[in-house]
Amino acid sequence: MQYTEIMVRYGELSTKGKNRRNFIDRLGHNVRQSLHQFKNLEIKAQRDRMHIKLNGEDAQAVMDRLSQVFGIQNFSPSIRVERDIEAVKEMATKMVAEYYEPGMTFKINTRRSDHNYAYDTNEMNDMLGGHILETVPGIKVKMKNPDLLLRVEVRLNGIYLSFGKIDGAGGLPVGTAGKGMLMLSGGIDSPVAGYMAMKRGVEIEMVHFFSPPYTSEKALNKAKELTAKLTPYAGSIQFLEVPFTEIQETIKENVPEGYLMTIQRRFMLRLSVALAEKRNALAIFNGEALGQVASQTLESMVAINDVTTMPVLRPVLSLDKNEIIDIAKKIDTFELSIMPFEDCCTIFAPPAPKTRPKLDKARHYESRLDVEGLMERALAGVKVTRVQVNDEFLNEKKDEFAGLL
Amino acid sequence: MIYFDNSATTQIDPTVLESYQIVSQKIWGNPSSLHKLGETAFNLLEQARQQIADLMKVNSDEIYFTSGGTEGDNWAVKGTAIEKQNYGKHIISTEIEHPAVLNSLKQLEKMGYEVTYLPVNEAGFVQVADVEKALRPDTILVSVMAVNNEIGSIQPIREIGDILQAYPKVHFHVDAVQAIGKGLAAVLQHERIDILTFSGHKFHAPRGSGFIYLKKGRKLAPLLSGGGQEKNYRSGTEHVAADVSLAKALRIILDQEQSKVEQQQVIKEKIYQHLKNKSKVTIFSDITSNYASHILCFAIQGVRGETIVHAFENHDIYISTTSACSSKKNIAAGTLKAMGVPEAIATSAVRVSLDEHNTLQEAEVFIDVFDELYEQFKKINS
Repeated sequence: MQYTEIMVRYGELSTKGKNRRNFIDRLGHNVRQSLHQFKNLEIKAQRDRMHIKLNGEDAQAVMDRLSQVFGIQNFSPSIRVERDIEAVKEMATKMVAEYYEPGMTFKINTRRSDHNYAYDTNEMNDMLGGHILETVPGIKVKMKNPDLLLRVEVRLNGIYLSFGKIDGAGGLPVGTAGKGMLMLSGGIDSPVAGYMAMKRGVEIEMVHFFSPPYTSEKALNKAKELTAKLTPYAGSIQFLEVPFTEIQETIKENVPEGYLMTIQRRFMLRLSVALAEKRNALAIFNGEALGQVASQTLESMVAINDVTTMPVLRPVLSLDKNEIIDIAKKIDTFELSIMPFEDCCTIFAPPAPKTRPKLDKARHYESRLDVEGLMERALAGVKVTRVQVNDEFLNEKKDEFAGLL
Repeated sequence: MIYFDNSATTQIDPTVLESYQIVSQKIWGNPSSLHKLGETAFNLLEQARQQIADLMKVNSDEIYFTSGGTEGDNWAVKGTAIEKQNYGKHIISTEIEHPAVLNSLKQLEKMGYEVTYLPVNEAGFVQVADVEKALRPDTILVSVMAVNNEIGSIQPIREIGDILQAYPKVHFHVDAVQAIGKGLAAVLQHERIDILTFSGHKFHAPRGSGFIYLKKGRKLAPLLSGGGQEKNYRSGTEHVAADVSLAKALRIILDQEQSKVEQQQVIKEKIYQHLKNKSKVTIFSDITSNYASHILCFAIQGVRGETIVHAFENHDIYISTTSACSSKKNIAAGTLKAMGVPEAIATSAVRVSLDEHNTLQEAEVFIDVFDELYEQFKKINS
């Protein structure tokens, strides 16, 4: 079946009164970004629906992408025919016949946005239903829970026929709930935290700490690749890499082993907050879950969170590891996350970090360091990359390989 | 030369061979190495895997590289047996499977497994009802080939899959070695299939290349233990050059698959129409869609298969007795025997197997040679 367009129904935003325009604009923007590689699409975000004209693009590929964009309740691939009732009848039969199996029931559901059309809703239902009963032998009508529900929509520029609804990702359009910074390590949890933040409409920017030569280029590329995995939900994401070598070396030299982790994390949070302020973000997100590892106790959070009053939000805080892994698999970050590259969290991990660090001690040990200077130099070295849908970082030789395959 | 023995093996595609050479010489790092030579090889290997997955419309983590059809069949059968031994030791298969399956089953029988070998009817088809009857609470595996390698009969894989929907714990293995690139995607894409076996050299990839599809969530015990390659399922340093060649060959064979298949069907029909009225000829694979378009199996009464093969060979035409694997063993082919074909006729059977490079002109030459030989054979079989 050659679909001609996809009709998108908005999610929760339908109920959001005044903000509606803003939401729809934002969703339109996100959808355009997410589908940027399909050059022939025509996307119109209207007040009640969004219409995506395919102009020959592959419907399935477009829908796969679309199902990841937040703020969409559901969508239906549809076929446009001229406003000639005979053409509509013919196409209706064709579509029903394609899916019909013996014993199935059907229903026609007509909706008119153009009320000047020659036939009204009931007449349309009658005519088309009758035609299908005549042309598809054995099929029966059923009003409640039919097997096949053919939707017919009369619009000014044509009549649209569609089957079924495909669930969208739900949630709110990314960007409608402000911006936050996500501390992205490369592990399993932080991409999931980012996904959950975006689901509720938050635009996120990635903050990734890297420590050459202790961590490899691969670890950095892995973090970027993880970012790319999350772009379909948002359109594109800014990736900030923060040089962390000097800070880690200095901490290692001057801080007792049990507090290495705590002080390190205090710096990470401080840097993230500084970046958030500079880039007009309102909160920090991270992948901390309670009790997973030694550093993720409430005591530890107290000792780390001490450096800022900006909200530090932890979307996966109360999830079990298995629940986090399930989401990671769903958003396809799991396999990447478990690739075994050293990252800045593991490389200086002490054999026995304090599970209940004391806040005053953390402050005390930190006071030996030139916090201002270290921060300044790290921030001066920040590099920003815009990561787009389908960007690849781990396998940059792709083109070189093309001839071989 | 006319090569009509493509089910035995195919000629390697020159552009595939070129990839093999380039990869062997330039991207020879071990994919498991941490340095960039290894990384490049790893990336290429994974890209090859992704390409195969895309072509097969599955996920890349459902594709495992093997050394070919025999390994794939052994792995599916024995791997299931080992993995699921605590759930039961009963296996269902058919009398017409490839020896890679049958002999694996024989080995398992010696180890205490019980195997039900389903019969086929006189046309070479498994009966779906027989599968249902054979299922038991301790059944762990159903293994049925998609296309029979001797006569080309297409087995009712989808129907068996439908039945197995009610038995979610049973592994369903399909040997698809003769089915790939033959317009049978719909047969192989049934959602109930857990394992599919493929062999590279049947579609112009090098020998020693192959892959299996293993559905996400299904487990097979590894047969090759070692360094943990292929996610610990199939150890051994990856044969990157072969795997890349395989991905390329698969792309090429599936490109315009339908028109290639139609061409083979036309050639098959041409030969079929010519043979069907010969009084001494028995044809085992007809031209309906119940049989693969590339295989035509027939016997000339009173003449041994081997004699026919050599007689054609003298005219530079290459066909085979019913399967390359049993052709040197001077025994009646398994499939024909299972169909109840009398020994005398079964030993007179030969197989013509086509690919997309064969032409109608070749079929005409074949027919002329056939008529000449048919006259000669009258001296011994009338």
